[in-house]
Parts: sequence; structure tokens; C-alpha cells
Amino acid sequence: MSRLRDVSVDVVVIGGGPAGIAAATRGSEAGKRVLVLDEAPHLGGQIWRHLSRETLPAKARSWLDRFDRSGAEGLTEASVVDLQDARVLAVRWNEEVRVRAPHVIIATGARELLLPFPGWTLPNVMGVGGLQALVKSGASVAGKRVALAGAGPLVLPVAAALAQAGARLVVVADRTSASRVLRFAASLAGRPGDLWQGVRYRAQFAGTRYRWGTRVIAAAGESRVQEATFSAGGRTWTEPVDLLGAAAGLVPNTELARLAGCEVRGGGGGVVMVDALQKSSRAGVWCAGEPTGVGGVDLALVEGEIAGLDAAGQPVPPRLLKARDAGRAYARRLDLAFGLDGLDAVDLPPPETIVCRCEDVPCSAFDKSWTMRQAKLYTRAGMGPCQGRVCGAALHAMFGWPPDSVRAPLVPTPVASLISTLESSDATT
Amino acid sequence: MARTLSILVDGRLLEVTEGVTVAAALLNAGEDTFRDSVSGRPRGPVCGMGICFECRVTIDGVRGRRACLERVSPGMRVITRE
Repeated sequence: MSRLRDVSVDVVVIGGGPAGIAAATRGSEAGKRVLVLDEAPHLGGQIWRHLSRETLPAKARSWLDRFDRSGAEGLTEASVVDLQDARVLAVRWNEEVRVRAPHVIIATGARELLLPFPGWTLPNVMGVGGLQALVKSGASVAGKRVALAGAGPLVLPVAAALAQAGARLVVVADRTSASRVLRFAASLAGRPGDLWQGVRYRAQFAGTRYRWGTRVIAAAGESRVQEATFSAGGRTWTEPVDLLGAAAGLVPNTELARLAGCEVRGGGGGVVMVDALQKSSRAGVWCAGEPTGVGGVDLALVEGEIAGLDAAGQPVPPRLLKARDAGRAYARRLDLAFGLDGLDAVDLPPPETIVCRCEDVPCSAFDKSWTMRQAKLYTRAGMGPCQGRVCGAALHAMFGWPPDSVRAPLVPTPVASLISTLESSDATT
Repeated sequence: MARTLSILVDGRLLEVTEGVTVAAALLNAGEDTFRDSVSGRPRGPVCGMGICFECRVTIDGVRGRRACLERVSPGMRVITRE
């Protein structure tokens, strides 16, 4: 049977990636009681996902060590299902944890934008970052024929990591056109560190061509992917593969912020609006890292530090604010170069292609005059366990539909868990 | 050298590396179909981070566990395609 536990802290941080780790560390160093909640077995988020800390880059290790020393507490394998006012409900496999905290920092990161194409539901077709996450979790790719078809800055480090892990990279493709990339590359003159990092990654799979303006348009196989078809400049060709990583960039995870009533703007799930100190529109709720706009690990760390300091009532050093503003400007350039809203239109897949993977809803079931709410009611798209986290962003890219409203529980939750929290809720109201 | 432990996957005993996720352990054993979709099509891990729910399996009698979010433990019983 599951148990209910009540916890009271000064600051609760949701998400244990770089932004959450930096926020919690700063808050705890300022003398506050801080709790970090994360779904994964380890703190670190996606970019710092690891089996053992020694394998991480020095910067990641030093932040995680500093977090440990700060005295902040981390609770892993905890899925946050509700956030209202100063109360957070998290569900673990054997307990429900109800956290009361006057300060809430949302650092829920980003996920991949997965666009449907024929065969994308076959086993061994994954996201680009998804493939990397599985490798970081211990999956072996040694000797396997791997194709990557992504968009933007994630493709390069993933290709490098896969090559290091012994994969045979048969195709490395980016849907971004070469002309957009060249404009972006020219703007990197002011950031030589990024250029050099790119060159170092590229050297690790020097034997494989990096194809700009190239998309995956189909995957095929009996009961798993066996071949993938690519398209570039009117030419299509097919390659045998064992694994295919396919994605079209990243989208911020804004569900929790929207549930909490924070103002969100922009297409898809949008981005969370924050002020100069990372405060959201909702009193007592800060937001840091990718939910405020995808910007990468360095920006996430800085935003986390700012949010953690401010939530703890500490002054924020001007150098952090300056670094955040520079990082934000860079993130806007990245989005201009690699974002879907630019020149690269999204083609609708063939009608029979599954769009909602939870409910197996094909593309032909949708009418572009609908809203996301209508799509849910008429087709059940977005009503399955992922609650539209995959098809919602895809449908936005395909038809321009803004997401439907967000409701708790954010993650499918055993009924017993919800009942146990209800039964004792009279004690807290 | 990484230590190993034993888990039971659909009645088959697997030696797996300590610390890896259930998803990684199954993939390394060549098990790439984790569940069947509502219309009976095979599915396996996609996002690797708990978002897509495609890797859900039954772990120690609890259905719908996300294999990408759970580490293997000695004697763990995993059932796929349930």
C-alpha cells in the first residue's frame, strides 16, 4: 500500500537538471531548506544524465558536488502531479509526498519535438535525444547501424557520443537548410568557444557526412525498424538501419507552469513569462531554464542561480543578470536558425500515418479547422498516458493548434494514490 | 568492472549491469517490443526520459511503469506486452 508523507520546506524545486540544481544549491547555501523533486533515478536532468558521476564533464561534477555540500535535499523517482498555490503533490512508486513550500521554482526542462512520419512508431525508432538518453542509461549501440535525423544543436553532440559508444553512423542529417545554418555560423564569431566545441564534436565522427537540409520521411521493418528513407533537395534514398533517432528540435515543458497558472506565451506549449529575477506571473513561483525558452545548459545554470538566490531573498549579482541576458540573446539566434517557425515548413505525413501514439489516431482523422480540444473529443488524440506531450506539439506544428488546458494529475496516477491524498486533505485546508 | 545482477523478464533470467535502467537492460537483451499499442502494433522506448510512455511495462506486479525511469534491482520481475 502506498503511504502519504507531508514535507514542509522553504523552497521546492521541480526538476533536477542544471537549472534546478543551480537554484537549489544557491537557495540552500543562503540558509533555506530546499527540496528538489525529479522523476529520474538520478539528479542531473537529461544533459547530465549518468550512471556514475565520474563519467560526467568537470562542470557537471562540480555543480552536483556543490549541491551535495549545500545540504539541499533531492528526492528522485518522484513525479509531480499537481501544483496549487504553495502545495506540490508528487507520486513515487510506494508513496505520495505532499510538499508545502512558500517558494516554488519550476525547472522542468524541455522535451523533443517528434514529428510523425510513416513507420515512426516501429520499435528502435526513437528521438535524437531519446537515443542518447537510453545510451546514457546503459543501452549499448556498439556495432549497430544508426541514423540520426534531427534539427539544430543537439544532433552534433549526440552523433559524437554515439560514435564514441561504437555505433556505425550511417546517416547524420539535419532538416535545417545549409543557408540558414551559414547565417547562424557567421553570428558565432562572437562565441569562439561554441565553434571549437562544434569542431571537437564533428571530429569524433569525421567518417560520416553531415547532411544539412535533409529529413527522414519513412521508416520500415517487420516488427522493428530495418530501413529508413531520407529526403534532401528532391532526392530520396533508403538506408538499412538498426536504430533511428528522429526529432525536429526541442520544446519547453510548460505543463506544470500552466497548471500553476503562470503566464505562458507563444506557439505550441509556449514559453513561461518571467521577470528579470526569473519570477513568473504567479506570486511565489519562479521559473528557470528551458521552460522560459530553450537556451542550453549554461543559460539554465545562470537562470537557476538567479531564481534560487531571489527565492531565498538574496541579492542577485549583476554579473549573473548580464550572463543571463547574453544567453537569452544567443537563444533567440538559435531559435531563428533552427526553429520550425522559420523557413522550413512542416509537411503533413501520408493520411494513414499514426499521429497520436497512445491512441493510434491516424493523420486522416484530423480536420485542420478544429482546435486541440475538438481533436481530443472527436479522436481521443492526446487522451492517452502521455496526455498529448508527444502529439500535442506535433499537431501544433502541423495545424497550428495551441494546446488544450492542463489538468491534474499531470502524470497518470493510481487511483489509490489520489484517494489517499484526498482522505487526509481536510487536515490541510 | 561493472557488477551484474539478475532480473526476470517474461520468465527469462537476464544477467544485467548494475545501475542501468530497465529500458536499457531490455534493449541490451534484444527485447525491443515493450508493449502493444491499442491497435496491436509493437512499441518500444522513444523519448528515453519519461515523457512518451511508450516503454511502459509491468514491474514487480505494478502495471504501467516507465522502463526508462527505473533502474534494475536484484530479482526484479518485468513483464512486457501485458
